Amino acid sequence: MMIWVDAVMQGVLIGGLYALFAMGLSLMFGIMRMVNVAHGDMVILMAFLGLLMTEAFGLGPFAAMAVVVPIAFGIGYVLQRGVLNHTISKDPLRSLVVTFGISIVVQNLLLEFFSADTRAIASGGLESQSVALAGNLAAGVLPLIIFGSAVLLTIALQQLFGNTTIGRAFRATSDDPGAAALMGVNNAHVYAFATAIAIGILGIAGIFHGMRTIFSPTDGPAQLIYAFEAVIIGGMGSFWGTLAGGVILGITQAIGARIDPGWGVLLGHVTFVLVLLFKPNGLFPKTR
Amino acid sequence: MNEKHDREAISSSVRRRVIKMMGASALSAGVAGLAGFSPVALAQSSRKVKIGFVTPLTGPLAPFGEADKFVIESMRQFFKNGIAVGDRLHPVDILVKNSESNGNKAGEAAASLILKDKVDLMLVAAAPETVNPVADQCELNGVPCISTVSPWQPWFFGRGGKPDTGFEWTYHFFWGLEDAIGVFMNMWKSAKTNNVVGGLFPNDTDGNAWGDAKFGLPPALTQAGFKLHDPGRYQVFNTDFSAQIAAFKATGCEIVTGNMIPPDVKTFWTQARQQGFRPKVVSIGKALLFPASVEAMGDLADGLSAEVWWTPNHPFKSSLTGASAAQLAESYEAATRKQWTQPLGFSHALFEVAADVLKRTKNIDDKAGIRNAIAATDVHTIVGQVAWGKGPVKNVAKTPLVGGQWVKGKKFKYDLVIVENSAAPAIPAGATLKPIA
Repeated sequence: MMIWVDAVMQGVLIGGLYALFAMGLSLMFGIMRMVNVAHGDMVILMAFLGLLMTEAFGLGPFAAMAVVVPIAFGIGYVLQRGVLNHTISKDPLRSLVVTFGISIVVQNLLLEFFSADTRAIASGGLESQSVALAGNLAAGVLPLIIFGSAVLLTIALQQLFGNTTIGRAFRATSDDPGAAALMGVNNAHVYAFATAIAIGILGIAGIFHGMRTIFSPTDGPAQLIYAFEAVIIGGMGSFWGTLAGGVILGITQAIGARIDPGWGVLLGHVTFVLVLLFKPNGLFPKTR
Repeated sequence: MNEKHDREAISSSVRRRVIKMMGASALSAGVAGLAGFSPVALAQSSRKVKIGFVTPLTGPLAPFGEADKFVIESMRQFFKNGIAVGDRLHPVDILVKNSESNGNKAGEAAASLILKDKVDLMLVAAAPETVNPVADQCELNGVPCISTVSPWQPWFFGRGGKPDTGFEWTYHFFWGLEDAIGVFMNMWKSAKTNNVVGGLFPNDTDGNAWGDAKFGLPPALTQAGFKLHDPGRYQVFNTDFSAQIAAFKATGCEIVTGNMIPPDVKTFWTQARQQGFRPKVVSIGKALLFPASVEAMGDLADGLSAEVWWTPNHPFKSSLTGASAAQLAESYEAATRKQWTQPLGFSHALFEVAADVLKRTKNIDDKAGIRNAIAATDVHTIVGQVAWGKGPVKNVAKTPLVGGQWVKGKKFKYDLVIVENSAAPAIPAGATLKPIA
């Protein structure tokens, strides 16, 4: 019995990480119907920026976040306004191809500047600490922090979407970009702002990723698949849905892995396919 | 031919170039003479020897190719007066192509080196994904190929090699899976544990080979009296090892082994700490080869153990430069400001073998002659003796493998200390395996 409680708990915690990776993807898809293939590489790029801050300027990992998030925000804005806005059209292939290209460019730039060495962001032993719960149960401190951040970000994004002017502009452009433009919404700016937030979140996610494991320039694409699945399971345009999607994915993987380590990833994929088959809009969709 | 008439026929810029070239070749002939080679040997008609070299300079396999830039640069410098083929000195061209860590690209690079550049000899290193497609192209086109840095089984059986016939054009030197298993078990025998082993094998080529119930670790471990607990294959870039950790805790494993990529080791090891799982010995293949990835594990890396192909403490020296292993590592560290890495020795040895083969080749235009020279190789390189004919199969020569443990270092964060050398007693052990604190 305890082993399953443990599986569910570890699954929930991992789900927080998936959700953190997935939120930006969900945001960009929800507003622009655009799939950012370079999303995973952005995670790694932010991890390297975090590494630069901690190693070159001696900042702690959380202080580094305060520096990297605004930089990530800026990168996102410029990227969307300068490049990706030109690819938005009815044909989804254009943005796919362009972001795929960005993925390759980012990987090779990182390789050029940071070499192929694997790196990690030092977190002063935080990564190996845990909170002992009942009996044999223990929850890692870092996974708890990551999960907590995912919940806080979800609340913040939901607030931004529901209760602010820019949030209304987001929803309006998402529903009908033409009509929104007629009402005086600057679509180019709205899109750029959305991507800025999406990449800004990765400033947090990337540094957490760099703290919990090691990373190298070409690790990005491997981060994309679970994030993508979390978005699909949760449903487009809903941030609570994305968090729930990540958690569901995490739990099914953890339970599968308890049966056989090879089944963990498989059960996650099976869940994803089942959701696609029976609820193609996801479990908690907000947009269509 | 009337030279004077010819000179007048060509434009002045071409003439200047011709004069420059003649000057340069006269100079190099003089230098060669100083170096002890007969100037007569470097006849004007000596054609260029072309050596092809395929390496992953970018992509996930790039740590394997990291030392290659340095090695190629120093070899170009070393052979700037030419390379000896038989008793003649030929100018040499080392043509380098990037495999981008992709098997298809590696094959294409090899094909272009063979068909377009018409290389005389192919050299290749860095993991089966690079070595195999290049060797296949060479076998297909009848070009002699020397390869290294891949356990010999994936290189030989992975390409459909038959032990009794072998390959015609491709030759390989490295160690094999049986050596790694032997080294790991000897390391564990030297430590006091309950002999219960937890296995972490990913669902990839290496993981499946190591975990194979017939040829891998399981039968060898059972035979040696260890109890292996293998929960099953996991996917690489795993985010959660709590299932494996729970299983290892339940069965009381004191040793953990496997063949993993660096991120997976860190994810596993941090989670193990979080869950209070503290094995005494952790010996992992592949992930702990490179100092950079060990350093990235932070304080957690102290005491991890791994297979060791080459270190600066190996008692060998280069047959080309005469430099010892320590001197080679030092010059690498001085040039790159990075800690030495194991492929450095093997990339250097690859050129040692190539130079030795060419020296014993009578005619550079006779590919079969070069091939026969490879088969007859017996040279003491910076990674040990390389001699085909004594290996497990015709095309494989084995180099020694030892076991090492990463401990806190002085100059760099971690040093690799050799703790197991029973298969190669000539390589001195620096310490005995210490249980992880």
